[in-house]
Amino acid sequence: MDTNSNSYTLIYATIVVVIVAFMLAFVSGALKEKQNANIELDKKRQILSSLQIDTKGKDVASLYDQYIVKGLVINYKGEIFSESKKEAFNIELAKELTKKVEDRRLPLYIANVDGETKYILTLQGTGLWGPIWGYLALNDDKNTIYGVYFSHASETPGLGASIAELPFQKQFIGKRILNDKNEFVSIAVMKAGKKAEGKDQVDAVSGGTITSKGVEAMLLNCIGQYVQFLQQPTTGGMNQ
Amino acid sequence: MSKLFSRKSKQAFLWPLSKNNPIMVQILGICSALAVTAKLKPALVMGISVTIIIAFSNVIVSLIRDTIPNRIRIIIQLVVVAALVTIVSEILKAYVYDVSVQLSVYVGLIITNCILMGRLEAYAMSNKPWDSFLDGLGNGLGYAIILVIVSFFRELLGSGTLFDIRVIPASFYEAGYMNNGLMLMPPMALILIACIVWTHRYHNKELQEK
Repeated sequence: MDTNSNSYTLIYATIVVVIVAFMLAFVSGALKEKQNANIELDKKRQILSSLQIDTKGKDVASLYDQYIVKGLVINYKGEIFSESKKEAFNIELAKELTKKVEDRRLPLYIANVDGETKYILTLQGTGLWGPIWGYLALNDDKNTIYGVYFSHASETPGLGASIAELPFQKQFIGKRILNDKNEFVSIAVMKAGKKAEGKDQVDAVSGGTITSKGVEAMLLNCIGQYVQFLQQPTTGGMNQ
Repeated sequence: MSKLFSRKSKQAFLWPLSKNNPIMVQILGICSALAVTAKLKPALVMGISVTIIIAFSNVIVSLIRDTIPNRIRIIIQLVVVAALVTIVSEILKAYVYDVSVQLSVYVGLIITNCILMGRLEAYAMSNKPWDSFLDGLGNGLGYAIILVIVSFFRELLGSGTLFDIRVIPASFYEAGYMNNGLMLMPPMALILIACIVWTHRYHNKELQEK
């Protein structure tokens, strides 16, 4: 057969593409459920990490059910839309941040660690090369940080990527997001040796200045959205 | 067995490991060697993924080599590679999610690795499937070895760890030792590869240009 004729070439290309398309569709369809389950588990693991719970080799789903007692969907004014754990979990903050601040729906998780209530806020920002995100757990005074978790899509390994490592995250424990006058000031991420005025600070990652600035901006913007909720004297039906 | 490992097959497998190594001798696939070698674990997974993909795309292309229309052979090769890469990346996402997160875009970039196209065009298009499989395996492993060597030095000197486990004792740091941040930058990978090429040529006189 003449494998160089036009019609042969066309038919050959069509058949190959159709076969490959079917194969990929099949693989994607067959693995979709497993992948989504992985993504969901990974998100649960990240939320638990902000509570400093070691999830290595443990059943993340049951740990999540055990520690996270409630989920809330709120807006920046602190009004509660929903008290469903699932609804809060399904919100993608990255999508919400593209909306106007009044229209955003913010997820908030309430955890119970050894009888103490913790509030977990969701963070989303930009680093040097791509998105960075994280979770921040506050003690029940809604001021002191109990723990944080940060992750990133593509920061430089060994430099900016260190924000995803424990030594950087441990610095945040015990820092306060409010100043002495109870105003929201967030946390500063400063070059070692420099001093931030009127707020708590942590050391930036050396060699990762832009990523560190990204973390600082993310904390300011994202915690800022929750401030009205956090400063409400009564927090509506949470004293169970 | 003797038929399975004829001289030609042996050569197809062993040749690319050293004397015709894709990175050291052919200087192919340099870009991914720079990108994923800051840490050992992603470099190892990348090496294994590339090995599997080259081996199987070589077999597939070799099986259909007589039917491929000459004018669109590169496109057909590309389709085969892209399909395999997509499948591997989907499988990684479903079964080893944490590794796939670490490798992020690099798995997709295997498609553009010149070693793959080079082997398909130079070997699989004109050889039998079994020899092509061994050739792919040899080239993939030749690539993986260099990635592992480079990432070993980069992670050890740049972060003081191996597989994210601290190996340089804390007393060194107290005595004033510091991690070399430059090691984590892509240019250092290029310099390390150059050192490897240098050593390799020093020991293999026939590779030296006159």
